[in-house]
Amino acid sequence: MFEGLTSRFEKIFKYLRGQGKLTESNIKEALREVRLALLEADVHYRVVRDFVKNIEERAIGQEVLSSLTPGQQVIKIVHEELIALLGGTPAKLQLDGPPPVPIMLVGLQGSGKTTTAAKLALMLKKERRSPCLVPADIYRPAAIDQLKVLGSQINVPVYPSQKDLKPEEIVRDAINFCKSNNCDTIIVDTAGRLHIDEPLMEELQRLKQILEPREILLVVDAMTGQDAVKVSETFHEALGITGVVLTKLDGDARGGAALSIRAVTGCPVKFVGIGEKLDAIEIFYPDRMSSRILGMGDVLTIIEKAQEAIDEEEAKKLVKKLKEDSYTLEDFRDQIRQIKRLGSLERIIGLLPGVGMLKELKNAKIDPKEFIRLEAIINSMTKEERKNPDIINASRKRRIAQGSGTTVQDVNRLLKGFEEMRKMMRQMTVSTGIATSGKSKKKKKKRTFFPF
Amino acid sequence: MIWWRKKVGLPEENKEEGQVLGETQIEKEPELENSERREGLWKRLVKGLQKTRDHFTSRIEQLFSGRKTIDRELFDELEEILITSDVGVAATRRLLNNLEERVERESIQELEILYKMLEEEIIGLLSIPAEPLDPNRADPFVIMVVGVNGVGKTTTIAKLANHWKTEGKKPLVVAGDTFRAAAIDQLAMWAERVGVPIIKQRPGADPSAVVYDALDAAVSRGYDLVIIDTAGRMHTKSNLMEELKKIRRVMAKKIPEAPHETFLVLDATTGQNAYSQVKTFKEEISISGLILTKLDGTAKGGVVIGICHEFGIPIRFIGVGEGIEDLRPFQPELFAKALLGH
Repeated sequence: MFEGLTSRFEKIFKYLRGQGKLTESNIKEALREVRLALLEADVHYRVVRDFVKNIEERAIGQEVLSSLTPGQQVIKIVHEELIALLGGTPAKLQLDGPPPVPIMLVGLQGSGKTTTAAKLALMLKKERRSPCLVPADIYRPAAIDQLKVLGSQINVPVYPSQKDLKPEEIVRDAINFCKSNNCDTIIVDTAGRLHIDEPLMEELQRLKQILEPREILLVVDAMTGQDAVKVSETFHEALGITGVVLTKLDGDARGGAALSIRAVTGCPVKFVGIGEKLDAIEIFYPDRMSSRILGMGDVLTIIEKAQEAIDEEEAKKLVKKLKEDSYTLEDFRDQIRQIKRLGSLERIIGLLPGVGMLKELKNAKIDPKEFIRLEAIINSMTKEERKNPDIINASRKRRIAQGSGTTVQDVNRLLKGFEEMRKMMRQMTVSTGIATSGKSKKKKKKRTFFPF
Repeated sequence: MIWWRKKVGLPEENKEEGQVLGETQIEKEPELENSERREGLWKRLVKGLQKTRDHFTSRIEQLFSGRKTIDRELFDELEEILITSDVGVAATRRLLNNLEERVERESIQELEILYKMLEEEIIGLLSIPAEPLDPNRADPFVIMVVGVNGVGKTTTIAKLANHWKTEGKKPLVVAGDTFRAAAIDQLAMWAERVGVPIIKQRPGADPSAVVYDALDAAVSRGYDLVIIDTAGRMHTKSNLMEELKKIRRVMAKKIPEAPHETFLVLDATTGQNAYSQVKTFKEEISISGLILTKLDGTAKGGVVIGICHEFGIPIRFIGVGEGIEDLRPFQPELFAKALLGH
């Protein structure tokens, strides 16, 4: 996500750091690069112009020149301006008010509204709300079916829309449907439409009148170019959107559209879509995104993800085991299961600071199946073997390999890796004492997984 | 009996009425297009690019009407116009540098000539020497359509099938997107509307197997054109790119030269990421043509100017609406003209 900008800034600031002192002319040089990077990231031409002007005004002058570490000062200014441009603090969904609370999703064709609707429903469900989904796209063939299928995958009721009903009728009736299903949130997926298609924009206005939605979210493809400004402006003027969902950020789009949209509509980006799976949605954090752009990585997101996936109780148990040096293959297996819950490893690696500079690591392909294989090997061991791996001899290895559909070499690799890991953990317990936070535990796991 | 008839008759009537309402957007547009069709290709393209044109016209015209001399400021404004059309920094610089050189060398003074030159430069970058697209050079002629999520692959396939059906071919469409919910149904509905057969399996099936069956069916039942839909995939997902390679390998087992054409569908709304898409898809599965969709909005699709030039891949078609006939063969001259609104 945003790699392009990140690596670009990393290069620029490496060059800035190398200078003893900043002069007006070399700030200008850097700002030219900033401008180019932002334009190549699809930030709108005018937004870039204002941004660069702001930085220039702040950078050239006493603030930087009298500063002790001028390079850091410029980084700080660019960072702050980017955060400001991205909207400051993360914006949450406003879902107070009497249930059912309506949310409406709008956007161009192919921006990912239907998938986002299902992702939002799943997210709200995790937050203990009971959402229901309403397909109001009667135009695209099979759009209604698509939402029905997704709804059944996440076990959320879907209003049984028919394509021969008018969207207005669907929405009106869906409110009753929602009430009778005891749902407290209605998520309405509207048809993709061009912002210049007046009849269809008027249809949205009518839907808005009927629904009186608490949130109108504009769904925008992160790969959108300069047109993002026009699209979001028009939707905002017609409907008064309350927020933006930026989708397909799992690609390598630099996502400059996020900056543009925020700048022209003043509406916050509330969520980002980061994959095709239905849990691949995250809250948008302007500060983290800006840090990421500046190559500071996004450690905060990792920590949060780890905390979400790792059970506090299990973590405490693990710490105790480490202290007593009684860490077994069973504990190892539990950890594998926790890691699997963290989601795509490639993503987690992408979130680490400075990784933009490490090409090899970025291109390291980690096969999620590897974890399944490891788990299978451990599953094929007896309880005794898991507690005391030393008793695993050649014939036991053969049996384990056969049982797990792997080879003896695979089993050997696992045992060797496990032994190394145990050694390392012993060292860590001695040198740093035991940290109880999810963060340091995460670090251990990360390191231990690379040998495989 | 009367009671029975009434009950059956009523819902049917309702249904018909509802359908007309529901599908107006899709069904009516082709008719409109049809009547305008006779007015020549140029008009049709302009209609498709109407909004693009409006935007561009007003800005270019404003730019040219208000001044008499060619100066630095004019070039700055041209830069803004090109960049806000997603042409991109590098391609914009190339265009404007060439333009500036020519202005100097040929001591151009009139704005009108400068403007013509810009158009020529754009056409130059867009004109890729390529063999004409001829689906008669193989039987069956196999086309695979790929692209990232949400660019309009499935709709484009329906349009392609319709395009060649009206030219007397016997197309077969293949529901190779077994991943996205209801993608198969979507293509099936289009196939029904166009009136072409479809090969499909259940959701979640191996797309390679679907494609293999389809080629089998095409050969044995005598279809001379096979158009294969694939699931949208981010070009950065290596496992999904491997899946595409596998589909190609499996295809070649049945028909060694297949696919005869591989089209990458690009969304005109996309900005500079289109470079990355074209680059990766080209490297991984080799692309023989581009299709640029959604040109009926305000997006200019200017990014293709640099892409065509850099990768040497021709644009074959453009999509200019939701109707089944809203697909046009790409022509650089018309595209540049419509883009500059002249």
